[in-house]
Amino acid sequence: MTLLAIKDLSLTIDDTHILHDVSLTVAHGEIVAITGESGSGKSMTALSVMGLLPHNANPSGSITLNGTDILQTSEPDLCNMRGNTMGMVFQEPMTALNPVQTIGAQVAETILIHEKTSKADAQKRAAAILERVGLKVPPSRYAHELSGGQRQRVVIAMAIALRPKLLIADEPTTALDVTTQARILDLLRDLVREFDMGLLIITHDLAVVANLADQIVVMQKGNVVEAGATAHLLAHMQHPYTRALFGASSHMVELPPTLASSPLLAVTNVARDYPMARKTPLGPRPMFRALEGITFQIDQGERIGLVGESGCGKSTLTRAILGLEDVQSGTITVDGAPVFTGKQPNLDVRRKMQVVFQDPYSSFNPRHRVDRLITEPFHLLPNPPTGTARDEAITNALRDVGLSPDDATKYIHEFSGGQRQRIAIARALIIEPALIIFDEAVSALDVSVRAQVLDLIADLCRKRPLAYLFISHDLSVVRTVTDKVMVMKAGKIVEQGETETVFTNPQHQYTQTLIAAAPKLPAITV
Amino acid sequence: MIRYVLGRLISLVISLIVASIVIFAVIEVIPGDPAAFMLGVNARPDTIAALRAEMGLDQPVILRYFNWVTGMLQGDFGRSWTYKTPVADLISDRIWVSLPLAIYALFLSTIIAFPAGIYAASRRGGAGDITIMGATQLGVAIPNFWFAMILVLLFAINLRWFSAGGFPGWDNPLQAIKSLTLPAIALALPQAAILARVMRSSLLDMLGEDFIRTARAKGLSRRQALWRHAVRNALIPVLTIIGLQFSFLLAGGIIIEQIFFLPGLGRLIFQSISARDLIVVESVVMLLVFVVILVNFAVDIAYAAVDPRLRTKT
Repeated sequence: MTLLAIKDLSLTIDDTHILHDVSLTVAHGEIVAITGESGSGKSMTALSVMGLLPHNANPSGSITLNGTDILQTSEPDLCNMRGNTMGMVFQEPMTALNPVQTIGAQVAETILIHEKTSKADAQKRAAAILERVGLKVPPSRYAHELSGGQRQRVVIAMAIALRPKLLIADEPTTALDVTTQARILDLLRDLVREFDMGLLIITHDLAVVANLADQIVVMQKGNVVEAGATAHLLAHMQHPYTRALFGASSHMVELPPTLASSPLLAVTNVARDYPMARKTPLGPRPMFRALEGITFQIDQGERIGLVGESGCGKSTLTRAILGLEDVQSGTITVDGAPVFTGKQPNLDVRRKMQVVFQDPYSSFNPRHRVDRLITEPFHLLPNPPTGTARDEAITNALRDVGLSPDDATKYIHEFSGGQRQRIAIARALIIEPALIIFDEAVSALDVSVRAQVLDLIADLCRKRPLAYLFISHDLSVVRTVTDKVMVMKAGKIVEQGETETVFTNPQHQYTQTLIAAAPKLPAITV
Repeated sequence: MIRYVLGRLISLVISLIVASIVIFAVIEVIPGDPAAFMLGVNARPDTIAALRAEMGLDQPVILRYFNWVTGMLQGDFGRSWTYKTPVADLISDRIWVSLPLAIYALFLSTIIAFPAGIYAASRRGGAGDITIMGATQLGVAIPNFWFAMILVLLFAINLRWFSAGGFPGWDNPLQAIKSLTLPAIALALPQAAILARVMRSSLLDMLGEDFIRTARAKGLSRRQALWRHAVRNALIPVLTIIGLQFSFLLAGGIIIEQIFFLPGLGRLIFQSISARDLIVVESVVMLLVFVVILVNFAVDIAYAAVDPRLRTKT
């Protein structure tokens, strides 16, 4: 039986067309996934159903939930439906909870605003719901005391407290680690079965979609381009965009073979401690060991991956390798020279390493033009090129990453996310460093853009011997762009070896867990 | 929480010690003889010597500092050179005017600013918001002494509801509060304008947060989400401003005290500086510093009461 029917939903915000004639249905107990790239209108479709569109939005068409047309319903009636008939879970569990209220109070609030019941009763029921979603901490806790996965369980508890008929989940696991993601998806699936709820899940992750959904809706630029039952759609993709999307998700690159060469970066037995808050006002500071016994080597032209979940010490290791912070024991050298030399940076070492960060926007100064942005590393050189030599370097760097030399005079906001990441790579390449650190460099990109950037990296490897450390939580990406891989857990490297060997025959139990938890795309002929 | 309070207390004590050293150093140790300064350029050497002996300036610096501090701890602030009375008596007379006036003004400013800020934020861009923001713009721009004169003109001279100035003492509390009302309003209006603006912008920041969207998805109306989830989170910057305003109100009301003929701390310190009575200046400044540090301590505790995230930090 149809629970939710969206029919010919169009949406304009300030005369910009966001959605065009979107139609889809969700039945009781059915999981429908909307997928597509950023800007395809996935989230706006969800917010339309919740009646939570921005003021200036102008929707048309119809959204019928359980016999009620949402677009014709008054705001007070919508308030009665939200949390009661329909619930919603959001992407960012870190900010979705009120920091100054206990999690129990926030779950109880859902009950209290919809039912005439006592506070004590609501709290008792809230505790039971928190237990149902698998939260193992008392309801008297605050959000900041919880991990991302635990917070997402609280948000889910708030959304399902009154057993809504429809649950909408907007990228519910995107901000979470793979093992946590697997558990949250299991929870959602169980809840759908138990409550006979309809679940409308929005995600850009096609592997998640393929494993979870009964129906798939593919959106592009505000249009539904293809929809159907999961198995059928995966087997008979019609629309070129769907094919491109799935093709890009499982995109593999060909790396040129590495040549036997000399060591470049040597990390030996490194430990890093951070001071924590004092237990007593004037007592000693307890130390937190973020890295312990880290030993590995990167040769010239070698491509190494580093995988691990949030908080495992990946970023700490990056900062230590870049020589931004001292380590408590062990050594880190590049070509035999130490990376950390106190307050005065060792420019000889610095100019051999460059880094590309995750967020392609916030790692640039928005007030500088591209030529100035990408020539920033020149200050590391003893004799930086000037005049025509500088212009030539800029032109070459932009060409190398597939951009036009004309782009040099533009500002960063004029570029798309993928282009920005190309500029970040151009900035890293311009002084021809021996080692590049890619710190989650493709994690924020859409699948098709990610595929292009991965192609670019492979392409660059073919042009010159390029050594890099590729840090990512995305196992499938690491698998395709690296020769060797290291698996990190709680500040230690638990396993390292040839990438294919580690992925096909993981030895450490943690590596096995990670690989098992990562959602996989079924083999599809595209 | 206990650890947090303990940590703040330690920082309070350290701040007080540092402040006392700085004030002492500035007034007594810096080149130039305080006694000669107080007596002026035409003083006779034997008069200066007598004052030096009376002030204990012939003793070593460290000893003088300890005498000063231990004296203050016992309530002995020394003897005023111009008034010829104990400084403690001078202060205690005036603090009973200045402190109630500051609290009164802060109370008024808060009860004006909170509803105004919340109302403006909840009707962002609407007529109510624009009116309130326009009014606060005026409130920030117009100095408090101008308000004071307008109030005197209107309520004391034309309507004769209040007296135009003076303070009758606390023997008749109702009369005392009445005489502090006009000055408190004059002090409160500009402060309320600032506070309302801070409250509004802080609330608007909070209304853009993800947890407000979560609250709306639960079924809370816009207004419920504002009251239940935004207001308490918006208090942190507001508390900071309140703390700063109290410190200002306590000593900064000097012009208002002058207009209303109130015997407050501001006037005392002004007169002492004019009369070069360093003994009074030193003690009153130390007292004000003490109050400011105490208020900051209270604000810190209030932060922790509002925001549980601060309780776990030291």
